[in-house]
Amino acid sequence: MTHRWGMTVDLDRCTGCEACVTACKTENNIRIAGPEQAARGRSIAWIRVERYFEGEFPDVRVKFRPVMCQQCDAAPCEPVCPTYASHHTEEGLNAQVYNRCIGTRYCANACPYNVRFFNFGNPVWDRPLDLHINPDVSVREVGVVEKCTFCVQRINAGKELAKSEKRELRDGEIQPACVQSCPTSALVFGDLNDPESAVSRLSKSSRGTKLLEDLGTQPKVTYLQKQT
Amino acid sequence: MDLKTEQKINADLLRPLRQTSIGFYALVGFLGTIVLAGAGAWFYQMWNGLAVAGIKFPIYWAFYITNFVFWIGISHAGTLISAILRLVNATWRRPVTRCAEVITVFSLMIGAMFPIIHLGRPWLAWYLIPIPNERGLWPNLRSPLAWDFFAISTYLTGSMLFLLLPMIPDFALMRDQMTGWRRRVYSALALGWQGTTKQWHRLEAAMQVMAIAIVPVAISVHTIVSFDFSMSPVPMWHSTVFGPYFVAGAIFSGIAALIVAMAILRKALHLEEYLHPVHFQNLGKLLLLMSLLWGYFTFVERLTTWYGNEPAEMAVFWETQTGSYAPLFWTMVFCNFLLPFPILAIKKLRTITGCVIASSTIVVGMWLERFLIVVPSLATKHLPYTWSSYRPQPVEIMITIATFAGMVLLYTLFSKAVPIISIWELKVGGHGRALPMTAEEDEKQGALWRVRP
Repeated sequence: MTHRWGMTVDLDRCTGCEACVTACKTENNIRIAGPEQAARGRSIAWIRVERYFEGEFPDVRVKFRPVMCQQCDAAPCEPVCPTYASHHTEEGLNAQVYNRCIGTRYCANACPYNVRFFNFGNPVWDRPLDLHINPDVSVREVGVVEKCTFCVQRINAGKELAKSEKRELRDGEIQPACVQSCPTSALVFGDLNDPESAVSRLSKSSRGTKLLEDLGTQPKVTYLQKQT
Repeated sequence: MDLKTEQKINADLLRPLRQTSIGFYALVGFLGTIVLAGAGAWFYQMWNGLAVAGIKFPIYWAFYITNFVFWIGISHAGTLISAILRLVNATWRRPVTRCAEVITVFSLMIGAMFPIIHLGRPWLAWYLIPIPNERGLWPNLRSPLAWDFFAISTYLTGSMLFLLLPMIPDFALMRDQMTGWRRRVYSALALGWQGTTKQWHRLEAAMQVMAIAIVPVAISVHTIVSFDFSMSPVPMWHSTVFGPYFVAGAIFSGIAALIVAMAILRKALHLEEYLHPVHFQNLGKLLLLMSLLWGYFTFVERLTTWYGNEPAEMAVFWETQTGSYAPLFWTMVFCNFLLPFPILAIKKLRTITGCVIASSTIVVGMWLERFLIVVPSLATKHLPYTWSSYRPQPVEIMITIATFAGMVLLYTLFSKAVPIISIWELKVGGHGRALPMTAEEDEKQGALWRVRP
C-alpha cells in the first residue's frame, strides 16, 4: 500500500517555543542569511510559527500557528513551474527538484501559504556550524527555490530500515525533525492511508480545519483549533 | 505623382542615412554608456545573486516583471496598430506604419530579456526550450511561463516578418541609390527585388496574410502574459478580466509610445512634411478610445472586487486604494485618464504638443499600472503574518533605465540604416495630394503607380 504522508498541528498544545523551527533548520541544512539579510527578507524557514494577537491591552490573547508546506493534493505551485522542478510524488508530497529549478519563483508566488523560499545567495556556514551539515540533505545553490519536504530523507531512511528488517512501518516510527523536537507533541506525523495511525485519527477530529481551505488546495496538514 | 516629388521624397527620407551629425555620435555614445552600465548591473547581479536586488520574501516578482509586462505591452503599438490600419485600408497610415512596427520588434526584444534577467539561474533559461536531451528534461506545458515562451517567440518572429516584408522595395531603392559597401549590404537585403508586377502581387499577398495573422497573435501574447498572473490563486491576480484588461492596456501604452516616437522623429529628422498634425490627431483619437477603455476596465476590476468583498482581495484592494500604494494608484489614474482624457477629447487641445503630453503621461501611468498589478498582491497575500513591503534597489533601477536607453538607442540606429518612413508606400499613396483620400482612390493610385515601367 502506498503511503500518504500527513500531519496534524494541535494549536492548543503549541506554546510558540520555535523548537521545530530550530530543529528544521539544522536537519535540512538551511542557509543562514545573517541578521542584515534576514532583516531584508532573505532568511529561510521551512517551518515558521506565526503569531496573531487578539483583543486590546490588557485583554490580549496570542495565537501561535506553526506553518510549513501543507503538501497540498491540488497544489497551486505545481502546474505553474515551467521546468517540472516542483512536482507531485507518488506518496503525495510536493517535491522540489533543485537541479531543475531555474528560479522563476512562480511557485513561491502561486503558493497561498508563502512556504516556498528562494535562495538569495550560496549557502555558507561559519565555523563550527559547518560541521553540523546533514549528509542526507542536499545543499541548495543560489537561485533555486526550496521548501519543506516533510523530511523526505527520514521517510526514505525509515522505509529502508523497515524493508531490511522485513516488516511493515510502525506508526510514529518516522518523525520529521519538527515533530521529533516538539516538547508538547503539538505536531503529529504519519500515514493518512493507515486508518489506525494517530495522524489519521486526529485529522478526523471535530476540531480539525485546513488552512485557507476555501482555496481548494486540499492540504494534508490539519490544524486542530483552540478550544479555550 | 511627378518625378520631382518622387526625387524629393527620396532625398528627404534618405537624408538621415547619408548625413550623420556630431549630435548623432554624441547621442549614441550617451545611450550606449547607459546600456553598458545596465549590462554591468546585470552581471553584478548574476555574480552576487539576487540578494542585491530589492525582491524579497514574499515579493518575489517586482521591477523586472513590471518591465516585462510593460515592454511586451508597448510592443502592441506597432504590429497590431499597423496591421489593423492596413486591414481597414486607412490611407493616412502610410507614414506611420514603419515607425510603429519598429517599436514592436525592439520592445519585444527588450521585454523578452526580462524573464531571463529575473531568473535565479539565468544560465539555465534554455530549460524552457523543448529540445530532446538525455536527461529527460522537458518544459511543463501546463505552466503559463512555458506558454509565454512560445507566445513571445511566435510574436517576435511574426512581427519581424511583418516589419521586413514592406522594407524589401525600400532596400531595393537604397541599393539603387547608394554606393560602395552600403550598396552591397542593401542589395543583399533587397533579395533581388526588381519591382515586377509579379513581385508586387506576391508582396501584397504576403503582407495581407501577415496583417491578418499578426492580430490574433498579438492579442494572444498579452492575454498569455496576463495568464502569468490570473492563473495563480493570488488575491487580485486571479481575475477573469485580466486578459482583455492587459490587451487594452497594451494597445493603449503602445499607441502612446508611438506618438512620442513620431514626435521625436518629426523634430529630429525634419519630417514635418510627412508626419502631419492629422496623423497625431488620428492617433490621438485612437488613444482617447483606449483611454476610455482602460478607465472602464480599471473601474470594472475594482468594482467587482469591492462588491465581492473577499477578505484577502480586500486587503490588496485597500492597500492600493487608500494604503501605502495609494499615491502610486492615484498618480496612475491621473496619468492614464484624468489628464489625457480632456486633452484628447477637446479638439482644440488635440494638437501635436497636446498628444505628446498625453502620451508621455500615459507611458508613465501604464508602467505604474503594471507595477501596481505585480507588487501589492504579492506583498499582501492571504496570511497577514507574511505581509511585507518592497523597495527597489539600485541594480533594478539601473537595469530599468538601461532598457529605456536601449530602446532609444536601437531606434536611433535603425533610423540611421533604414528610412523610418516607408518610401514606396508614400509614393503609392500619392504623397503631396490633399488628404484625405478615399480607399478606392488610394487603391487606383497604387495600381497605377505599380504598373509604371
